[in-house]
Amino acid sequence: MALPDLPAEVVALGVEVDNWRDAVRAAGMALAESGIADASYADEMIRMIEEHGPYVVIAPGLALAHARPSPAVKRDGIAVVTLAEPVNFGHPYNDPVSVVLALAVVSADAQIALVAELANVFNDSTAIIDLGQAKSVEDVRRILGAA
Amino acid sequence: MKIVAICGAGIGSSGILKVNAERVLARLGIEADVSAAHLATLAEDAANAQIILTSPEFIGDIGRTNADVIVVENYFDTAELTRKLQQALE
Repeated sequence: MALPDLPAEVVALGVEVDNWRDAVRAAGMALAESGIADASYADEMIRMIEEHGPYVVIAPGLALAHARPSPAVKRDGIAVVTLAEPVNFGHPYNDPVSVVLALAVVSADAQIALVAELANVFNDSTAIIDLGQAKSVEDVRRILGAA
Repeated sequence: MKIVAICGAGIGSSGILKVNAERVLARLGIEADVSAAHLATLAEDAANAQIILTSPEFIGDIGRTNADVIVVENYFDTAELTRKLQQALE
């Protein structure tokens, strides 16, 4: 399967933020605008990082923001936010972050097909850099191989 | 062999680790049951696990275990994962 459709609402490029919380919040707003999750899901994603640390920075320059499946999630989906200026999450290896992917899934079982596709894309180490430099929604769709 | 990937939510990052570990192990010709789990269910999910895959933040939370704990820096770097899994399996 391919990644789900990427409507323009889930992509925000060159967003200006001062800190990691605002970066995650921007990704949460994108999910909310497309109806994938309620606005409260952003708080859940932030709480995960407050509780467990910046482990969501899973590769150099990339944060995969996510929270547990919850009533705030309306359907499976992702949002893509690139930052005008990278921000630090406090990760020991992978700071600073210039691309935030937000992942929302209705159930833990639903995630596997989606994360397998993300792995397909990002196991190519150029994808994060390309995404950080994307200028349009079309660029993002092309890099992610999404419809 | 049983391998458990741990993250805070049991989705997302642990899912990526699961998928990439399965790919690496298939390439190495090693049969393993890889599952994604989160801290709250760790005790149950990681019982009998030989290897736990996770990020540096969770080392302190994992507690006592007989499993080899592998700390992964770049979840998308299958070369890193291959090297560390091979080391643990030697």
